[in-house]
Amino acid sequence: MFTEENFQSYASETKLVVTAKTHLADGVVSLNLAHPAGRRLPDWTPGSHIDVVLPSGINRQYSLCGDRWDAHNYRIAVLHERDGRGGSEFIHHGLTEGTTLAVGGPRNNFRLVPSEKYLFIAGGIGITPMLPMIQSAHMMGADWKLLYFGRSRRTMAFLDELAAYGDRVMIVPKDQAGPRSASDLIGPASVDTKVYVCGPQRLLAAVERHCADWQPGLLRLEHFAAKSHGAPIRDASFDVELARAGLTVTVQPEVSVLEAIQRAGVRMLTSCREGTCGTCEVTVLGGQPDHRDSILSDADRAAGNCMFPCVSRSCGDRLVLDV
Amino acid sequence: MTTIISDPKTPCTDVDPFSRDVLEDPLPFQSELRAAGPVVYLNKYDVYAMGRYGEVQAALTDWQTFQSAAGVGLSNFRKEMPWRPPSLLLEADPPHHDAPRALLTKILGPREIRKLAESWTADAEELVDQVLSRGPEFDAVADLAAAFPLRVFPDAVGIPQAGRENLLPYGDHAFNAFGPPNELVAKGAARVPELSASIASQCAREVLTTDGFGAQIWAAADRGDITEAQAPLIVRSLLTAGVDTTVNGLAAVLYAFATNPGQWARLRDNPALSRTAFDEAVRFESPVQTFFRTTTRDIEVGGTLIPEGRKILMFLGSANRDPRRWDNPDTFDLNRDPSGHVGFGFGIHQCVGQHIARLEASTLLEVLARRIESIEICGPTRRHHNNTLRAWQSLPVRVKTSSTFTRK
Ligand code: FES
Repeated sequence: MFTEENFQSYASETKLVVTAKTHLADGVVSLNLAHPAGRRLPDWTPGSHIDVVLPSGINRQYSLCGDRWDAHNYRIAVLHERDGRGGSEFIHHGLTEGTTLAVGGPRNNFRLVPSEKYLFIAGGIGITPMLPMIQSAHMMGADWKLLYFGRSRRTMAFLDELAAYGDRVMIVPKDQAGPRSASDLIGPASVDTKVYVCGPQRLLAAVERHCADWQPGLLRLEHFAAKSHGAPIRDASFDVELARAGLTVTVQPEVSVLEAIQRAGVRMLTSCREGTCGTCEVTVLGGQPDHRDSILSDADRAAGNCMFPCVSRSCGDRLVLDV
Repeated sequence: MTTIISDPKTPCTDVDPFSRDVLEDPLPFQSELRAAGPVVYLNKYDVYAMGRYGEVQAALTDWQTFQSAAGVGLSNFRKEMPWRPPSLLLEADPPHHDAPRALLTKILGPREIRKLAESWTADAEELVDQVLSRGPEFDAVADLAAAFPLRVFPDAVGIPQAGRENLLPYGDHAFNAFGPPNELVAKGAARVPELSASIASQCAREVLTTDGFGAQIWAAADRGDITEAQAPLIVRSLLTAGVDTTVNGLAAVLYAFATNPGQWARLRDNPALSRTAFDEAVRFESPVQTFFRTTTRDIEVGGTLIPEGRKILMFLGSANRDPRRWDNPDTFDLNRDPSGHVGFGFGIHQCVGQHIARLEASTLLEVLARRIESIEICGPTRRHHNNTLRAWQSLPVRVKTSSTFTRK
């Protein structure tokens, strides 16, 4: 139910609590995340991911693999990467239920587009974005199949959930099936089938090779190896210069840039306050924004000439905005 | 009609919110509605209603419980055949809603449409020149509020010249058709086949220019981001939702300024307030007054149990005037932060064309603010009645042009 506090909505980043941590398969745990006050979480679509900021400041992206009809819980699944940089190690062995994590997004760079037929191909933890996609495809009555590659059934998460779909799902564990080439299983191009792939580089490369001369738009893939965001999110305060107002405000870690601007008495029109609608967009004249919205494409983010102060922050100690 | 109201404690009313009296001036009814309770039962239509900001905003956000796919009008698509193929945006929920929504969010996004600003400013200057050259008195509805969107928006979509005269009548009927089958719907019914055919013919790939929103929608079909069958329906959404609403939003802001000279002076001092002014006018007049939702499960709201499958009338206009949310809601005030009004809806169904509407409005207002020193009503104003829209038929105004005017 509505409260004034509820209307204030999500500030620069949502702090979510780990309400459950579940062992799914060898080397895979899932986390259930919820708002500490039980609020609704921002909406998302299949293929969306969230940014999770770990206490060490490391920022990792994970596909949402829960049920979007449940507005109060996000589910992600995390593979323990032995040669990782510590993120998955922490989630597997340091993180406990009850921990609060800063979460950004959701954002979607891997959208499910409508089709009569789909072929979903997942390798290992690449199954995560596929789960909500399959749910959608199923609801829309599409004809779909899933090829799910893994080292062995023991390491493959969600087999029980997938079992409900019967023979639409083909499980290909290397230790039983032997190394099967994705190429053989995909077969020739079919103009009415969209192919979605997510998994390790090797699998993506193989599928891309196989589909190289297919009509554009049929093959859609997401590089699951989390793209590094470079510098960790700044956790100290920073200054924002409002060029037109001739003011400089200091943004403390716990307030959004928007709030800091408003507290300085400068008006700014907003709507969603969660970085999804684009109403609060401002032009960035200097400094490097730390984008945390769900609107900009990767190219837009790299350009860095605009930002959404309801959620986005600064990478450095100063930003200059055309406000 | 037998009513199956589950909770006898729920307040109810016999008033018809689609009657001529209420359409002429909905404010007294809305204030009774808010006073009666968070959920009120409308005896005449056997539906529930919400008029307070908190409940309306929360319900609009909760698309899982309050679905749009059964139609956002009184007619329940689970039981009745819609008068036209349902909108893929307005009358659809996830997962069907996802791809069309994502596409329009991108095409109509603030950064994408920024390039329109310059030519629209030139259009606004030309239009205002023309209007003012005919003298200081004119009709702010016909000559500005309707004229400007009809001048810039069809070009931005890229539809042909022929048939543009059908846009307003089609939109008027579409918005009437969300209400009950009353005389307003009957009035438009005769022309439905002709208007629908005209609008449909404007959505075809071959007739659209290569540089407009329409072409971008078809290009998305070529990329496989939407299906070929979806493309014309998405173009249709622009044509249905993009004209009457903006016309009435502009009329609302012009009326608000004509009746609040102090606010006009403020805008002239600070033309950057034009965006806020438009949103404040959308809050104040709420061009889209109401939309229905349908429950997907039994849900308790404010002490009333609304059973699954029931229609609920959301009073956006009433929520935007709710004193629980707004200080002095009945004042048009540029000092206010109108953010959070539900005039554009909220959540995944929030108006995807809101940036276009704001750009149209701020472009026109900025030109007017430079040219016009004062604006006042100079004759009897007339409302236009529509089951969904709060609309104006006529706003006769007299303006004093600015003596210090120089073209930018
Ligand atoms: S208010 Fe919606 S993006 Fe900032």
